[in-house]
Amino acid sequence: MVTLAQVRAEVEAVYRRDSRRILATLIRLLGDFDLAEEAMHDAFFIAVERWQRDGIPDNPRAWLVSTGRFKAIDALRRRARFDRSQADLIMLLEGQAQDPSDEELLGDDRLRLIFTCCHPALAADAQVPLTLREVCDLTTEQIARAFLQSPATIAQRIVRAKAKIRDAGIPYQVPVLNELPERLESVLRVIYLVFNEGYSASSGDALLQQDLTDEAIRLGRLLVQLLPDPEGFGLLALMLLQASRQRARTDAEGNLVLLEQQDRSLWDRERIEEGCALVRHALRSQAYGAYTVQAAIAAVHAEAATADATDWDEIVGLYDVLQRYWPSAVVALNRAVALAKRDGPQVGLAEVEAILAAGELRDYHLAYAARAQLHAQLGHVEEARAAWQQALALTRQAPERRHIESRLRELG
Amino acid sequence: MKYLCLVYCDEGLLHSLPDSPEDAECMAYAESLQGGGRMLAAEALKSVQTATTVRVRNGQMSLTDGPFAETKEQLAGFYLVDARDLNEALNIAKGIPAARVGSVEVRPVRELQP
Repeated sequence: MVTLAQVRAEVEAVYRRDSRRILATLIRLLGDFDLAEEAMHDAFFIAVERWQRDGIPDNPRAWLVSTGRFKAIDALRRRARFDRSQADLIMLLEGQAQDPSDEELLGDDRLRLIFTCCHPALAADAQVPLTLREVCDLTTEQIARAFLQSPATIAQRIVRAKAKIRDAGIPYQVPVLNELPERLESVLRVIYLVFNEGYSASSGDALLQQDLTDEAIRLGRLLVQLLPDPEGFGLLALMLLQASRQRARTDAEGNLVLLEQQDRSLWDRERIEEGCALVRHALRSQAYGAYTVQAAIAAVHAEAATADATDWDEIVGLYDVLQRYWPSAVVALNRAVALAKRDGPQVGLAEVEAILAAGELRDYHLAYAARAQLHAQLGHVEEARAAWQQALALTRQAPERRHIESRLRELG
Repeated sequence: MKYLCLVYCDEGLLHSLPDSPEDAECMAYAESLQGGGRMLAAEALKSVQTATTVRVRNGQMSLTDGPFAETKEQLAGFYLVDARDLNEALNIAKGIPAARVGSVEVRPVRELQP
């Protein structure tokens, strides 16, 4: 006979470890987020009583899935007395032969759920909250705090997205091969958005930002484990390498510390090693994308013992690859900065001026910061001051503003 | 599930862009869907200049010349398809030749409750 305390502890452990997987499977079986969530909670509730009476089952997860499914069919039956349209659904559900103990199928269910939550037919501002809620089990309140939104706004976006999934017939499905690249891109974008929100957000809740960074890395790991695509490895590597600098990026007062000035002994070696290995793995595949190349750039920085030892030639070469296959004005700006490191500030400045003249980055504060920095290096004090002031006018984030103000003070 | 794919396009440009589809291509696509058993109906429409809008208020009918709303892009045709889910419907929409020059709005059909 197991004690109630033992059963409770076991149920809690299963919940922590497997609740998202159980939910994903129930969503597939029931075809409805809300019904699945209710069914899962019912199943955990019943488990406490049954497991105490009958002992803990050999496969608790399978037990919970099948109990949840029966509870949902019961609930639908009760509703069917009032609503005839439920009857067909019940017949459909009862007809399904399911073996929920199939490990492979369960893994696929989480992947299906990720692809569904990141479906491009859902509003862009709903994909991230929905993924964090359904796949990562963050509460609506946590998501709202992280994105500086009211919980009501986030809840509404999630509700609307779930309604669209149900009403428009968005399937719980890993896309077929010819749709996969496009759809995977959307999944990678959502994961990277979660990461960036944690990594570079301006809000003061540092603990929560750390959560988001970790959550994004966890999602990245889950994705490559379920679907080993080279670009997934590239993104995971990029996140690990960027996150490896987390402790060195700000000083005790919360001020930004630029890459060059960071104390490299604070970098997380374990993450760097893993990130570099993943980059090499992705590059070998010959089927990588822009995340992998960005990760390769981060890896070159990570492997330099000091800022002066950075291999700028390699970095310029990688930016050339980015610029050729995935061109953007921001890539061009970063390439110009790397070029300045390799060939001198005059060469870099000419590039920055050309990019600013093209107009696309006219409202981008970092373009003016690059201009200011290069003018300062060349001893053009007035031009540097003017450019820092332009950058300041375009910056809202407090740490960045403090950084620019201190550069202005240095100019005297 | 049934989906209606509404094809919108700037009528002035529909037939004059380099990517504009010929009727023969549109017919071939509709036939290929028919062959796959996915299509319920599909038609191209004459210009909005031929449209008449009907309203009934308090039992009285009123007619106005033209479409119900003046928009930059006009309804140029539709496909009513029976698809497994939204993904399949979107795939069908992607293949509609006019999608290259216009836009296709994909809407699930609502079953009326008797």
